[in-house]
Amino acid sequence: MSATSPAAVAVERGLRARSMDWRGTMFQLLLLASLVLTLAILATLVVDVVQRGWPVFGERGADFLSSPLSTRPASAGIAQGIAGTALIAVFVALFAFPLGVMTAVYLEEYAPDNRLSRAININIRNLAGVPSVVYGLLGLAVFVPLVQGLAGGTGRNVISASITLGVLVLPIVIITAAEAIRAVPRTLREAGYGVGASRWEVTSRLVLPAAAPGILTGTVLGLSRALGETAPLVVIGASSTYFSSGDQSFLESLFGSFTALPMIVFGWSSRPQDEFRALTAAAIIALLVVTLAANAVAILLRNRYERTW
Amino acid sequence: MQQAMAAPPTRDPVAIRIERADFPPAESPAGDPAPTGSPGTAAGPADSEIVVELQDVSFFYGSFRAVKDVSIRVPVRRITALIGPSGCGKSTLLRTMNRMNDLIPNTRIEGRVLYHGHDLYARDVDPVEVRRRIGMVFQKPNPFPKSIYDNIAFGPRINGLRGNLDDIVESSLRRAVLWDEVKDKLRQSGLALSGGQQQRLCIARAIATEPDVILMDEPCSALDPRSTLQIEELMAELKENFTIVIVTHNMQQAARASDQTVFMTMAEDRAGYVVEHGPTIEIFTNPRNRLTEDYVSGRFG
Repeated sequence: MSATSPAAVAVERGLRARSMDWRGTMFQLLLLASLVLTLAILATLVVDVVQRGWPVFGERGADFLSSPLSTRPASAGIAQGIAGTALIAVFVALFAFPLGVMTAVYLEEYAPDNRLSRAININIRNLAGVPSVVYGLLGLAVFVPLVQGLAGGTGRNVISASITLGVLVLPIVIITAAEAIRAVPRTLREAGYGVGASRWEVTSRLVLPAAAPGILTGTVLGLSRALGETAPLVVIGASSTYFSSGDQSFLESLFGSFTALPMIVFGWSSRPQDEFRALTAAAIIALLVVTLAANAVAILLRNRYERTW
Repeated sequence: MQQAMAAPPTRDPVAIRIERADFPPAESPAGDPAPTGSPGTAAGPADSEIVVELQDVSFFYGSFRAVKDVSIRVPVRRITALIGPSGCGKSTLLRTMNRMNDLIPNTRIEGRVLYHGHDLYARDVDPVEVRRRIGMVFQKPNPFPKSIYDNIAFGPRINGLRGNLDDIVESSLRRAVLWDEVKDKLRQSGLALSGGQQQRLCIARAIATEPDVILMDEPCSALDPRSTLQIEELMAELKENFTIVIVTHNMQQAARASDQTVFMTMAEDRAGYVVEHGPTIEIFTNPRNRLTEDYVSGRFG
């Protein structure tokens, strides 16, 4: 049969599309447009911020990063903010990660499937959606007096702020860790039980290592959120004006006045002086860098554990 | 007896016919019962030592009875096959023997499961210890996401078995006829092996804890014929040291590989029960029950 015989031509014609797929093409264009729009908004934000703030790094560079807060824009810096954010990162991780993972393990592996545990699950999901200012008020009402009672001072310090932020991100950590644990196939657990492992051995030696990538991702999400939240910091009383921890030891300064990058951004954005515009933008750049760095670290950790077993 | 198999013309020509001649010569160890076809349902071996015995066992998923009044006896160092149509409760029954069903919530067992005379479901019995002594190989190979070495070593490690771990790993792999294939890559992932190799790895993992009994839940159903044959040969060797209970859909496999066969089917209320239980040779060439005969000749199931 030659390629141009009537039968072959008919087959070829039949194989071609009947008409242009308008709906499909339109849909695809719509999706593309959404993507472009989203990227454009993000790009505008980033470009605007960088444009305003970069000169500050250009002119003052290291000085900006190492100076404390000040009412005079020429000498104001974010050193205390970086320190505060770093401390918050450490303490939130120390607080929320173990507590969140252990809660998730209990809910998924040990809790019986009854109305109580289902109610608990629903409640945790609700807590993830509570506005952050409410958590701030919780911190002010509960954790500030608690820390004050334990360590003296005003109680408005980086410790109480970290506990508050830790509680804020706890539901996120629990939910993502629980989902990671649930995603571990039943056959793996059965294999463990089959060789005479106890529930704890199966959980700790088989399930958790298999769920580790997902759990770490959840922790990253939580941590990123904690580092960027401003409302709880405002309510608890992070400083946005000059304060000094001059003579204090490190431990003492933990329980004294503090600040964090989001708080600095918020504070400087409401200053009247024009120079503070650029400083605010520079502080935003610093905050973005910190958040991206936190994400990168956790992604690296996740990739390291996600071996192709 | 041969006359029973000289089929009358009404017999289905397509039906599988397994003749007495298909079986290897009967083994000599004193303990194999004479094929007398004695009446009674619990027609297990009379003289062999019994390692696992089920007495009137019923198993419930919630209010649904999956297995009804099962009484069977598993002789030591023999291969006992559980055969029957899909859904008749063979796997459920198998899993009652090492308390794997404990992991499923809302289940209940009635009757007794005796291991060397001791009730496995007694109050003071630790299911973890049960599973160390009664190991399991699953339908789909499920090695741990660890190295081959760690797969085998996992069981001994958590059970605190004494002895050199390297030796235990090597001897388990040798007995599972896998050593030569993996001895140079013990640190590689267990998941990188082929299907048949993975299943042999799972068998090696099961025997590493020195169990008494190995339960196999359709171990070859996910494998190609060549791997299946390898595993059957392996089972024949393992039989010298371990008691094996195997659930299989493959009748030829049961006929080829097992010493005792338990035939189960589903009743009207969808509960599984034991129709017949006896030496494999008898079940396949001279079944007492009409249902058994229909099943082994391929008429249903």
